[in-house]
Amino acid sequence: MAKQRAAVLGTGQTHHRSKRTDVSMPGLLREAVDRAMVDADVGWSDIDAVVVGKAPDLFEGVMMPELFLADALGANGKPLLRVHTAGSVGGSTALVAASLVQSGVHRRVLTVAFEKQSESNAMWALSIRVPFTMPVGAGAGGYFAPHVRSYLRRSGAPEHVGAVVAAKDRRNGALNPHAHLRQSDITVDSVRASQMLWDPIRYDETCPSSDGACAMVIGDERAGDDSPAPAWIHATAMRTEPTTFAGRDQVNPQAGKDAATELWRQAGITDPLSQVDTAEIYVPFSWFEPMWLENLGFAADGEGWKLTEAGETALTGRLPVNPSGGVLSSNPIGASGMLRFSEAAKQVMGRAGDYQVDGARTALGHAYGGGSQYFSMWLVGAVKPT
Amino acid sequence: MTEVAVVAFAQAPNVRRTHGTTNGVEMLVPIFDEVYTRTGLSKADIGFWCSGSSDYLAGRAFSFISAVDAIGAFPPIHESHVEMDAAWALYEAWLKIRMGEVDTALVYGFGKSSAGDLRRVLSLQLDPYTVAPLWPDSVSIAALQARLGLESGRWTEKDLAEVAARSRRDATGNPRAQFGGETDVAALLDADPVADPLRRHDIAPVTDGAAVIVLASAERARDLADRPAVIGGIEHRIDTPSLGARDLTTSPSTRLAGEAVGTDGVEVAELHAPFTHQELIVRDELGLGDAVRINPSGGTLTGNPMFSAGLARIGEAAQRILDGEATRTLGHATSGPALQQNLVTVLERG
Repeated sequence: MAKQRAAVLGTGQTHHRSKRTDVSMPGLLREAVDRAMVDADVGWSDIDAVVVGKAPDLFEGVMMPELFLADALGANGKPLLRVHTAGSVGGSTALVAASLVQSGVHRRVLTVAFEKQSESNAMWALSIRVPFTMPVGAGAGGYFAPHVRSYLRRSGAPEHVGAVVAAKDRRNGALNPHAHLRQSDITVDSVRASQMLWDPIRYDETCPSSDGACAMVIGDERAGDDSPAPAWIHATAMRTEPTTFAGRDQVNPQAGKDAATELWRQAGITDPLSQVDTAEIYVPFSWFEPMWLENLGFAADGEGWKLTEAGETALTGRLPVNPSGGVLSSNPIGASGMLRFSEAAKQVMGRAGDYQVDGARTALGHAYGGGSQYFSMWLVGAVKPT
Repeated sequence: MTEVAVVAFAQAPNVRRTHGTTNGVEMLVPIFDEVYTRTGLSKADIGFWCSGSSDYLAGRAFSFISAVDAIGAFPPIHESHVEMDAAWALYEAWLKIRMGEVDTALVYGFGKSSAGDLRRVLSLQLDPYTVAPLWPDSVSIAALQARLGLESGRWTEKDLAEVAARSRRDATGNPRAQFGGETDVAALLDADPVADPLRRHDIAPVTDGAAVIVLASAERARDLADRPAVIGGIEHRIDTPSLGARDLTTSPSTRLAGEAVGTDGVEVAELHAPFTHQELIVRDELGLGDAVRINPSGGTLTGNPMFSAGLARIGEAAQRILDGEATRTLGHATSGPALQQNLVTVLERG
């Protein structure tokens, strides 16, 4: 039997900062949850179930924190699920919440993802010891820089393209009142003058460490029909591959390609660049924009950087990418994927404020995690799917 | 919506300590092989994969990522993971089949409790601001719960010892149980308390283990098993984490979940009760009378593999139907301190 239709009824997020010492974890989550519930115009009695997502528990030092958060999330007496799929978790969490509606089990589901990185030290929590992974040290940047170098070699992309991404995303972030980094005066030249961290990734091409949360209310077809401007879920996809094996393409992973193929197939999209109006793509280091443009099928292999260089991914371009400022402007890890999904929803709901893409009717939300091995994505639209 | 059935279940031996890694791979590969053999399925036939495990139990971030090495996940797979007992992973997989996205799913859970000091690790599930800094451990919290029941007359120490004796006796028929055997209730009661009033026999052992279940749409299930165990209902609920805010001798979340699935006519129930008194609470909340056979596998008291023990309860309940021994069975899973979160499923002969 076919899936039931589902729609995003409302979204909410915190003001992301490096340290939100003004709130506890429950306080942080409620900031996002309360905003999402106001946006969706629902009360606690309307919520049938709660789905929580976050990246590793070691980031806050609490084992399965959803257990102690049950009070704050109004979950007592209700079903509560906790998803964890590495950096893609915010996206996967949204997809599990959508499943609860698409399977006909519930009418309205609250979903929230968060990270309070200031409670711990993510970089060292990410530096896993041998024998489980090869020792790369220094967290995610040290892990991903070789993939970026490989992309540069394979594509022949000029080296300033990374800085073009960073300057664009940070300037977009300046339009977003919730963004952690808001740098309206950043330029390609100033990015290129910043400190080199993991060659070729410079300081200004790197995501921040943020405290933050993101929440959404997802409802069934009837709830969507009753909502003034819902974001209808047109397609969803998740794929996983192992971290390491001989012959693995870490620059353009098969799992990402397979997920995108499935997404476009479900939505009946044959030419993503023409048929998708805007995309919120998980770009923690600048160069992942052109890399994922290719992986997602917006550009041919080796050609993604040309869209970026030509300004086609800017707010006024053919495919605005990360109009919200993206992961480069705010990175509460566990919530970063859900932020991508909810920012895509906000665009088609017409609620993106100063970074609204004109006429956005169809938007992609994308997240990845682990060693570029976990992918989750959805396509949302202003119009109900047929 | 599509009906879903359990078509195969397997579990690793419940043991005090494995020499394998905390990835679970060494425990998972043999039991994947068991369910592949039994169903005739291969990796390529599985539409969705979902697992349950804990980074804190493994002592490092992203422990579940290496577990996919047990699958051989290339070409890439459609996969998800919950940081919960794998019974909740089964719930997620049930959704995927129910909504028609896939027609088969493989669910697994694993945990190597011997890697750390389990009762202290579980303290980190408590409110990190006001409770966890005091380090109340999981056994001590259960002891408070048991004490409240003794004082209110809900149970006696002899009632608890009888649960332990029955579990150990039944475990003699389960080759994967950690231990079992005939015991004398009076002798059990002679032992000194470990965490007053709990004695050794009241407390589930520390166990390394893993479990796997294969689900299929009811239509597909007929090709994969002679007597598939159809999921008649599956529901889960959570209670407040505040230990002082609820009557610990009850479990409202279990009751709500049980009422939602409907427990009438259940012949066999596998209850996830890591402490003897918790079996009595769960049994009462689910309205299971004396005619219901409880934990014929020996239950959690004879093997408590963290993050797969709940899934194994569903597997054992399904196995009674797969084996043709029963027509309606119940599986229960719990998570969190003092039965905070509970899942109930009823399985039926298709």
